[in-house]
Amino acid sequence: MAKLIIEAGRAEGQYWRDLWRYRELFYFLAWRDLLVRYKQTVVGVVWALLRPLVTMLILTTVFGKLGKMPSGDVPYALLVFCGMLPWQFFANALSESGNSLVANSNLISKVYFPRLVVPASSVITSFVDFLISAVFLIGLMTWYQFLPPANVWFLPFFVMLAFAASFGVGLWIAALMVEYRDFRIIVPFIVQFGLYVSPVGFISTVVPEQYRLLYSLNPIVGVIDGFRWCLLGGQHALYWPGQAVSLLAVIVLVVTGIMYFRRVERTFADVI
Amino acid sequence: MSDAVITVEGISKRYLLGKRRSKDDGIRHLMEDALRAPLRWLRSRRDSSESGPEEYWALKNISFEVKRGEVLGIVGRNGAGKSTLLKILSRITEPTSGRISIDGRVASLLEVGTGFHPELTGRENIFLNGAILGMSRVEIRRKFDEIVAFSEVEKFLDTPVKRYSSGMYVRLAFAVAAHLEPEILIVDEVLAVGDAQFQKKCMGKMGEISRQDGRTVLFVSHNLGAVSNICSAGLLLHSGKKLFAGTAAHTVEAYLTSGATTTGAVSWIEAERPGTPRIRICSVRVMGDGEAKASVSIDRPISFEIEFESLVPGIDWSVSLHLVHPSAGEVLSTANFPSACLGVDEWAGRSFPAGKFRSVCTLPANFLNEGIFLLNVAVMKSVRDTEVFLREVIQFTVQETGGMRKEYTGQWIGIVRPRLHWSTSLVSTQ
Repeated sequence: MAKLIIEAGRAEGQYWRDLWRYRELFYFLAWRDLLVRYKQTVVGVVWALLRPLVTMLILTTVFGKLGKMPSGDVPYALLVFCGMLPWQFFANALSESGNSLVANSNLISKVYFPRLVVPASSVITSFVDFLISAVFLIGLMTWYQFLPPANVWFLPFFVMLAFAASFGVGLWIAALMVEYRDFRIIVPFIVQFGLYVSPVGFISTVVPEQYRLLYSLNPIVGVIDGFRWCLLGGQHALYWPGQAVSLLAVIVLVVTGIMYFRRVERTFADVI
Repeated sequence: MSDAVITVEGISKRYLLGKRRSKDDGIRHLMEDALRAPLRWLRSRRDSSESGPEEYWALKNISFEVKRGEVLGIVGRNGAGKSTLLKILSRITEPTSGRISIDGRVASLLEVGTGFHPELTGRENIFLNGAILGMSRVEIRRKFDEIVAFSEVEKFLDTPVKRYSSGMYVRLAFAVAAHLEPEILIVDEVLAVGDAQFQKKCMGKMGEISRQDGRTVLFVSHNLGAVSNICSAGLLLHSGKKLFAGTAAHTVEAYLTSGATTTGAVSWIEAERPGTPRIRICSVRVMGDGEAKASVSIDRPISFEIEFESLVPGIDWSVSLHLVHPSAGEVLSTANFPSACLGVDEWAGRSFPAGKFRSVCTLPANFLNEGIFLLNVAVMKSVRDTEVFLREVIQFTVQETGGMRKEYTGQWIGIVRPRLHWSTSLVSTQ
């Protein structure tokens, strides 16, 4: 066992090794959150299906039926659900990981472990909900007798992109929340208007051409477009410059998120 | 290879009270400023007298070494920096300056049941808590039965811990922690929980950890008896500074004689002496080993010394004391009436001339149990009429020194803890 050196202002070189050593904690924390989430609820895990289902119905009605937005050759419900899937994952992961450090403050102030484990395991928890909703999507596709195109094989890449985007933003918010509880108010707000700003209830082609690149700065735009391209194919061709911008935005978020997190992590126990 | 597993060199920890710092971190500074701006604006309108951050040094330039297999007891009053030191050693927080090198895997137990989730069952919590403390799943599974046996909660393993009694909760939590196998174990005050029997079990386990497995233990406690019994070395902290380091017994002694922040004496300047035109109290002292002390050893006689000025001649004064326990109330009352004391107080019942007098009352050694006590002082005129009554005028602490905890290591129940005569004789054989 290597000697451990603790010094002021010194980010221990052991950090990443510790992260590996505590890898099971990821699993346990996620497992705990999942176990606890639906305890003492009546319908239990059905909530994981109910929430996206109801949102889908509302969005389909508002944008598809009332707003008469274009959907190409696919049923509007399917279009919405393909956007809902990554969006809900992102939104859940954001709120969960944003709150995670504060919610686990008793752990932070009493036990050492790489703090990155906490927001990361929250993202994993949300990912489980995502998988449950994905099963529902398969049901929906069967119902509409819709066969996804060959692009579907690229889906894992976009799932990873969604994961990275959630993780990056989650890290930022979790770290900021420790000191600034303002984010407790800001996050639900982001999630609320994000649903309308992001192309969840509509397709991103309705955004005027000259703004699309700018629009793609929202990392979730690239993710949703990607999901639709993989799952629906056809007219949902990828807008490559936009994809590149979204990808870049995600990379920047993750890298700066980790950097910022590592920087303030040392003082979490004092500030929380 | 040096024998020291932990080397601490000049560790300091500063906390900023009130306003937070911002000079040394860029992004943060910006964000902070941006976010705080509206708040600050509001605040500055309300009160413009906002001062700069106030520094507080929780630890100042602490250095020490811990050798392999040593059990180090860290003692000190509240706010001495014990917990901060443990937090730094367990990497929960960073030191402001200084350097520590640790050779071996550390597990710290700063609280019993950290990370226990009330909704989860005992079984689930064993796994969760184990993982939080750094055990792997395989390791937990291997020790699962042992943990359950130690905790004595077999029957309730599948009950959510929110339905546990607090005793069961603590037992389960300690059981998990006790089965960690670190090379260095850091423990903070956890033995202050559970019933006497379980405490004993915990102490036994701690001793076993160090003796049999040669592991190093750092142990913070207010229980001086426990420190002198299970620790081999001691470290005394006072207001963030190292006051003493040496053997556990010497450290406990140093702690007791360190005299604390209060001196065990209350005295008033001439103009402020409480009393009446006939009598004034000058001072009240709690004495141990011939000097005023706020904290006295359990195995030493304790004296209470009251000095008063009799201003009008010809009155017969008598002095009375009430000993009060903060939670249990009055422990005893005593007075220097002839029939109420051992021996005779030479001034009892006499008419006092004007002058300054000192009355001393002595409690035998090994009489009060450890804990905090308060003293009420009364001076009576002609036995019946209370002339002056000072409620809870002084506070003192009786400190355990471990003399009566050789066999039974837990806390003695009760407010008094006398050594009594016992005899057992054989009545008949079968």
